[in-house]
Amino acid sequence: MSVSVTLTVNGRSVTRSVEPRTLLVQMLREHLGLTGTHVGCDTSQCGACVVHLDGRSVKACTVFAVQADGASVTTIEGLAAADGTLHPMQAAFREHHALQCGFCTPGMVMSAIDLVKTNPAPTERDVRVGLEGNLCRCTGYHNIVKAVLAGAEAMRPPVVPAAE
Amino acid sequence: MTKADGIGASVKRREDFRFLTGRGTYTDDIDRPGQTHAHILRSPFAHARVKSIDVAAATAAPGVVAVFTGADMAADGVKGLPCGWLIHNKDGSPMNEPAHPPIVIDKVLHVGDQIAVVIAESRAQARDAAELIEVDYEEMPAVVDAVAAQAPNAPQVHGDAPGNLCYDWHLGDQAATDAAFARAAHVTKLDLVNNRLVANAMEPRAAIGEFDRATDEYTLITTSQNPHVIRLLMGAFVLGIPEHKLRVVAPDVGGGFGSKIYHYAEEAIVTWAARKVGRPVKWTADRSESFLSDAQGRDHSTHAELALNQDGTFLGLRVSTVANLGAYLSTFATSIPTYLYATLLAGQYTTPAIYCEVKAVFTNTVPVDAYRGAGRPEACYLIERLVDNAARELGIDRVELRRRNMVPASAMPYQTPVALQYDSGDFHRNLDLALPMIDYDGFPARRAEAAQRGKLRGIGFSTYIEACGIAPSNVAGALGARAGLYESAEVRFHPTGSVTLFTGSHSHGQGHETTFAQLVADRFGIPVDSVEIVHGDTSKVPFGMGTYGSRSLAVGGSAIARAMDKVETKAKKIAAHMLEASEADIEVKDGSFTVAGTDKSLTIGEIALSAYVPHKFPLEELEPGLDEQAFYDPKNFTFPNGCQVCEIEIDPETGVSEIVKFVCADDFGRVVNPMIVEGQVHGGLVQGIGQALMENCVYDARSGQLVTGTYNDYCMPRADDLPFFAVKYHEEALCTHNPLGVKGCGEAGTIGAAAAVMNAVVDALSALGVHHLEMPATPQAVWQAIRAARPSQAA
Ligand code: FES
Ligand code: FES
Repeated sequence: MSVSVTLTVNGRSVTRSVEPRTLLVQMLREHLGLTGTHVGCDTSQCGACVVHLDGRSVKACTVFAVQADGASVTTIEGLAAADGTLHPMQAAFREHHALQCGFCTPGMVMSAIDLVKTNPAPTERDVRVGLEGNLCRCTGYHNIVKAVLAGAEAMRPPVVPAAE
Repeated sequence: MTKADGIGASVKRREDFRFLTGRGTYTDDIDRPGQTHAHILRSPFAHARVKSIDVAAATAAPGVVAVFTGADMAADGVKGLPCGWLIHNKDGSPMNEPAHPPIVIDKVLHVGDQIAVVIAESRAQARDAAELIEVDYEEMPAVVDAVAAQAPNAPQVHGDAPGNLCYDWHLGDQAATDAAFARAAHVTKLDLVNNRLVANAMEPRAAIGEFDRATDEYTLITTSQNPHVIRLLMGAFVLGIPEHKLRVVAPDVGGGFGSKIYHYAEEAIVTWAARKVGRPVKWTADRSESFLSDAQGRDHSTHAELALNQDGTFLGLRVSTVANLGAYLSTFATSIPTYLYATLLAGQYTTPAIYCEVKAVFTNTVPVDAYRGAGRPEACYLIERLVDNAARELGIDRVELRRRNMVPASAMPYQTPVALQYDSGDFHRNLDLALPMIDYDGFPARRAEAAQRGKLRGIGFSTYIEACGIAPSNVAGALGARAGLYESAEVRFHPTGSVTLFTGSHSHGQGHETTFAQLVADRFGIPVDSVEIVHGDTSKVPFGMGTYGSRSLAVGGSAIARAMDKVETKAKKIAAHMLEASEADIEVKDGSFTVAGTDKSLTIGEIALSAYVPHKFPLEELEPGLDEQAFYDPKNFTFPNGCQVCEIEIDPETGVSEIVKFVCADDFGRVVNPMIVEGQVHGGLVQGIGQALMENCVYDARSGQLVTGTYNDYCMPRADDLPFFAVKYHEEALCTHNPLGVKGCGEAGTIGAAAAVMNAVVDALSALGVHHLEMPATPQAVWQAIRAARPSQAA
């Protein structure tokens, strides 16, 4: 038995017929060829699979594709501009050497952007606690925390002086 | 002065763009036309006889292409997985080397052992069908602890390894060591366990096998740190495929830390099965499967004694270790508790007599092999814990005790009593750098302040040394290595002056595409963006040994330097010809080839063009082309070293330890890219901190079940467990025997950190009379130690 699932992925509407047990991450990777979203565990603990579902970060290994039917999904592939200009958070990760093997990176960047959306001026502690659901085995988190703090700064809209 | 793109510059990584935009290509991202999916049925028992396997129902299940068992592979002539290092017993006899079939034949030896493989149209179908395989097991008693495995009535893991013994090995001068103890004024003794760990690279292992009937060629795409080694082991020993018909590709790999060095059963299974079913076969591990099938690390039980003079001079060190190798010999398992461990027991000190004996033992657990540091963290932990306890017992400041015994820079090269010769190192300088970073003098005040808040504060040192770039091949061969330990490189200039650099090293997070390009940029004065690095494909790069043991820059980088020497020599010849000068008159600087004392000069780009458009070449003397290859076999190990200091605060009410500060001052020889080196240190430190405070791989002693088989139970360090680190390095004691002066930095953090953290924990608790605690010092363990030390307050 298959069911039809329609998503708006990185701005494009796509429909696929999938088995009901298909996870969102499987639909992205196996049916849509978006392999930037990774799978690092089978217990919802590593965060390698984080994407944005209707603007909020979710672990795509913990959502069935059918649950996302009709929703809008942003993956790591959808962040940079068409000309390759990186999102400020991606740019901060590069600038601060916040990735080594790169496997945790897509999930880490997606989580970081959501974190900054809800808390535009996080402290070091806020970032560390906010990324608690994302494992990285390479970086020791030092440069990731630095990058997220810098990325938050870069994402903050310039302060417009209040009108007199 | 550092050139913008050259050695010493923190060039931003060239690999980042693809990883940051989701365009990396890891093995599981690859799909091959017509591909099938493999699921491996694994043993639920730690030790059992397999009486029968019935695959009929599974074979008939929807989507199933084939089901294979160990008997099928054996019938096809598939051999066992080989071990790459032969160790000899004390009496000179060879170690026990039991068979290691890719899929078991009649006995399972650990939970997770391979029983059968199901190949189906989809992953889900393969998994569903595996549940239909009926296996009749006769369960047998299991043993998981190496010390228990030596007991007279212990269950026997292998019929041909009596007493579960792989080998009983030793190193050092026993008589001299006994004599040192006989005249010692003081002996510090310690029993300690180096807890078993799981490497947990974030990318689970995966492999895709493919066979082309038209050409008779096999391809294996795999998550490997060393594709040529896999090609050699699998081709020559397991499947009998000649090298020219077997291509092994390791594309982007999501971390390794040792666990992706080895030749694993699944690689042989998918490659063999691809021919059987006539279609590509893909396998990707679930994380739970990684816990049950990736080689694990550490797992030593040790008794150690340090003999000292009254003034604290080290006289002798005696060590007896039981090492758990798990159920089978993983590729390099046997070398870890021997040549990568006992040889490091001098540490940074002048201890004149050392004797170490190691019993390596089989148990019903997942095989153990190298994990970041591999033997050296175990050595460092043992030495540095002993030194701290000795300092406390003798009432000597622990920094002072270390300084009194350190090998001085003036004594280099220094021959240790355990085989190694340190070529360089300035250990006092590391301490000089680190002490102000941690403000050692201010520690008593900080401890007093913490005490007012009800907290226990401790400080811990680890002055470590390690041996990297394991070499040379002839010495390693004499010690039992069944492989060479060189590295290869090819530097190919193109007609327009850009370069493709082929390296036998493999990058899985280390940033070779940047660092190696910097070497070329530095030498020839071209931008890093004109240099492309090719690695990880046996059909493209010369035979290489891959990346492990912090060897890539020291050995792989040196091979690149040698290949660049050859390019330069050739370019000089071409320049001499074109400028109508004698070769001896050509001066080379930053990629310019100039006739001495004139302004006649050519750039490397101009030379490259004429090398490929050799219209006026005297072809008798000068070949066209500018493309050179080198194999570099080091003369000696390199010896990175440093000083790490950890300051910790413990809440006695909860047992929670908080690292308040962690600093390190290291000597990695020449540093090519400081940004990348610091990143390696950060990551390394956290793996050591993880071992000390949270990570622990636990098996149930009776059933042999892996208790910590998911991230629910195996505690991985997370961002909120850690502080920022302060990292410095110096370049005052360069490696003396490789062309770049580099030593390696990949494992240093891990090698030192567990000792620094545990010394800090014990220091914090020492006022209560706690002088040792096993790793990991979890809140529960610390809380219990505190309660046990203060029985009056236990409530
Ligand atoms: S894959 Fe690990 S949390 Fe989703
Ligand atoms: S960069 Fe490798 S896991 Fe984070």
